[in-house]
Amino acid sequence: MSGKVLTVTSGKGGVGKTTTVANVGAALAATGSRVVCIDVDLGLRNLDVVMGLENRIVYDLVHVIEGQCRLRQAMIKDKRMPELYLIPAAQTRDKTAVSPSDMVRLAEELKPDFDWIVLDSPAGIERGFRNALAPADQVLVITNPEVSAVRDADRIIGLVEAERKGPAQLVINRVRPDMIERGDMLSVDDILDILAVDLIGKIPEDESIIIGSNRGSPVALDPDSSAGQAFRNIARRLNGEEVDFVQPQVKTSFFSRLGRLMGRGA
Amino acid sequence: MSSFLNRVTRSRSSQASGSVAKDRLKLVLIHDRTDIPPAIMEELRDELMGVIARYVDFVREDVEVHITRESRSSRLVAEVPLRNQPRTRSRR
Repeated sequence: MSGKVLTVTSGKGGVGKTTTVANVGAALAATGSRVVCIDVDLGLRNLDVVMGLENRIVYDLVHVIEGQCRLRQAMIKDKRMPELYLIPAAQTRDKTAVSPSDMVRLAEELKPDFDWIVLDSPAGIERGFRNALAPADQVLVITNPEVSAVRDADRIIGLVEAERKGPAQLVINRVRPDMIERGDMLSVDDILDILAVDLIGKIPEDESIIIGSNRGSPVALDPDSSAGQAFRNIARRLNGEEVDFVQPQVKTSFFSRLGRLMGRGA
Repeated sequence: MSSFLNRVTRSRSSQASGSVAKDRLKLVLIHDRTDIPPAIMEELRDELMGVIARYVDFVREDVEVHITRESRSSRLVAEVPLRNQPRTRSRR
């Protein structure tokens, strides 16, 4: 088996990279894939808490790179899933402790044993991002329906293309169908039109994401969560399945239905 | 994008914020993607006009040089309205 390296990045911070890594990782593992998620955000470790594995860290990414432990020792197994592992970031070191070629070497070492190696990139366009991009076979760019986040996504998409790692695929997180309906949010089509990339997921704003991260339990494992469903759909698309995009559910008023009848609306 | 109700209730002047966002993004990305500061654009415009003036007569004040965006590529477009040219060349 030769695994694929999936790098999840965004440019802007706080748009949902770590949430996406935890949930897509869990959703892929739930379908029977062997998955390892790696937190590449050195010094700002977070994937461990989102996945709920923070109490089991002994070794981290930098220990592996510097040869202070064996690779297997730094891999924390998620006991809820058949084959899901985390390699946490170092918390006391900065991004210069790892180089892009270190990451390529690490990914090559993991590929024979895994279907998916999912990298959680730091925000920004500097060394940490380069570390996460270097071994990528496929890149997901996360954005929110906001001017600043889309602008940064555009920049990142350009950099991914310049490094010949494209075409990147887009995940739009925190979509509010009600706000799009009333014209107060960039629609998915607006964003795709501006960025000219393919969409691989749109995640509705969903409080279950916050509840899930409070508990350290990814919503992708919650069958009732609409965001969880959206993450599971991303996993299926990554596995090559054609999955229709779920139409956002908005409570329709008489007028919006009338509007749609007249050929307007979403 | 806006719903029927919005279209009825909103006047044209108070454009829905979603489309304001889209317009602002388009503009800001033109600059981000080309990385050409406005001052350099001015210089480019002046030099272009100098070259064009050697061949044709045109309305200096109406010359427009700007960058348009299609998909992920950008295009430099110069609009130069010609003066008294009976054999008009098609203008973009």
